[in-house]
Amino acid sequence: MSDLTRRGAADLAAAIAAKEVSAVEVTEAHLERIAAVDERVHAFLQIDADGALAQARAVDAGDITGPLAGVPLALKDIVVTRGIPTTAGSRILEGWVPPYDATITERMRAAGIVILGKTNCDEFAMGSSTEYSAFGPSRNPWDLDRTPGGSGGGSSASLAAFEAALAIGTDTGGSIRQPGALTSTVGMKPTYGGVSRYGLIAFSSSLDQAGPCGRSVLDAALLHEVIAGHDPRDSTSIDAPVPPVVDAARSGDISGLRIGVVTELTGEGYQPEVRAAFETAVEALRDAGAKVEEISCPHFDYALPAYYLIAPSEASSNLARFDGMRYGLRVGDDGVASAEEVMAATREAGFGPEVKRRIMLGTYALSAGYYDAYYGQAQKVRTLISRDFESAFGSVDVLVSPTTPTVAFEIGSRVDDPLAMYVADLATIPSNLYGGPAISVPAGLGKDTGLPVGLQVMAPVMADDRCYRVGAAVERLLGSGADFLAGAPAL
Amino acid sequence: MASIARGDVEHLARLARIAMTSDEIDAMAGQLDVILGAVARVQEVAAADIPPTSHAVPVVNVFRADEPAPCLTAAEALSGAPAAESGRFVVPRILDEER
Repeated sequence: MSDLTRRGAADLAAAIAAKEVSAVEVTEAHLERIAAVDERVHAFLQIDADGALAQARAVDAGDITGPLAGVPLALKDIVVTRGIPTTAGSRILEGWVPPYDATITERMRAAGIVILGKTNCDEFAMGSSTEYSAFGPSRNPWDLDRTPGGSGGGSSASLAAFEAALAIGTDTGGSIRQPGALTSTVGMKPTYGGVSRYGLIAFSSSLDQAGPCGRSVLDAALLHEVIAGHDPRDSTSIDAPVPPVVDAARSGDISGLRIGVVTELTGEGYQPEVRAAFETAVEALRDAGAKVEEISCPHFDYALPAYYLIAPSEASSNLARFDGMRYGLRVGDDGVASAEEVMAATREAGFGPEVKRRIMLGTYALSAGYYDAYYGQAQKVRTLISRDFESAFGSVDVLVSPTTPTVAFEIGSRVDDPLAMYVADLATIPSNLYGGPAISVPAGLGKDTGLPVGLQVMAPVMADDRCYRVGAAVERLLGSGADFLAGAPAL
Repeated sequence: MASIARGDVEHLARLARIAMTSDEIDAMAGQLDVILGAVARVQEVAAADIPPTSHAVPVVNVFRADEPAPCLTAAEALSGAPAAESGRFVVPRILDEER
């Protein structure tokens, strides 16, 4: 294996800027790594070698400079890319080539980041394992029989398999953080509105948020700074300065910081080895000077059911656009069938089982006679969850929990049991409902399975820097994703 | 409250424009029943006086200057169309839907 693929993003960018290595060499090394291992890992749905090398040459020519210029990145296939097929993991978009770039795609190209290709995800980001991808699951480099998490499992697997130095995910209920936790990588969901949603294929518009992934906290922060900031093309984008995430990631100073351990996110339902690793991490933070207290957020117990009403409701509306008329699959257009019949045949053929379930669930929750009891009630519970956060942030600076209830589970073990799959997002959903930032950083390995465990740090709206500050402290105290991955089995 | 019959699923599938097979409808009825039973837990929360939240970070009345800006060409907009002709999308008949 080439050493270049083992190096982090900040390190590679510095080496490229100093002409110690060329961006083309770095890109080629990662393309070779993909060729060598991706048949087993299946992180990627699409490789854009020509585009990647062209961008690398532009960096080497000095046409583009910047703190991440020349660094290879894996982009979740739910973010549109001009000229590169984008499927969102769905048959209904198979072969579709977007005529435009998402804002974050544009910003990364302008920063000299090299987009290697598009990564696998659960169909329309609905899932926690990538098993609901129409193109087959991605596999966890720690154990190929297990999931790398989802929906952004392709992105996390690409990092853990050293196929890319950076990745982009999107997080509606945990799809950046849960895959990060399951692979010993860093995944950050920024404040809702902190990163433009223009060009993200919409799942649940009030919850979706794109964010950075890397093998270190600093790498993620550097990518955060590239993609974040106001975008007039997204009406929910926050028009305010980007929080000082890179400074926070470089600092990692937590002396005097008040940390709240959420009672509701540590007890029943969490594996003993996950709890043990989490407790070790919290003790280390306390020893490093943080003030740790336990804090109750009583309505977090209702976050999962509220989410599984709100997100499917929004999805049922958002996915109405896939009607076989303007782009994507069209089925049954025999010159006789009506538009409605063609739409129904197209959606039947193009959507997989989980997407259909969520559309049906959302249609039910929004329908006359059930709206108040389901969707309306879920929105009120959402208010109470936000109030729990606001109340907690009156006495602590950040909240922490395990990122996931369990370590990576085996492929096939939950795919036919929707509720078992949904529980994977137990700890990550509250931040989406509230809108605040949350990061998952590696918190060591479980003592029983030896598989990765993640620590989640949740912060107030627009205090994204606190996630990086605490994340950097955890990294220094326990080791970084790159350190843990050095001990992962060879692929 | 939630008890989903086959007829309910057929109705939802029609609203959602998904031409499900008979087997799918049967499977979906059972699955939706279980999921709805679980998510109905939100009804345990006393929230009568609580305002609903539809959006995490309230941003209202976002305007931009009404100035022309570049946009997709017709050819770009039609580039992914299942069928196109003379710069337009070609769609199945939309009249006389209810035969």
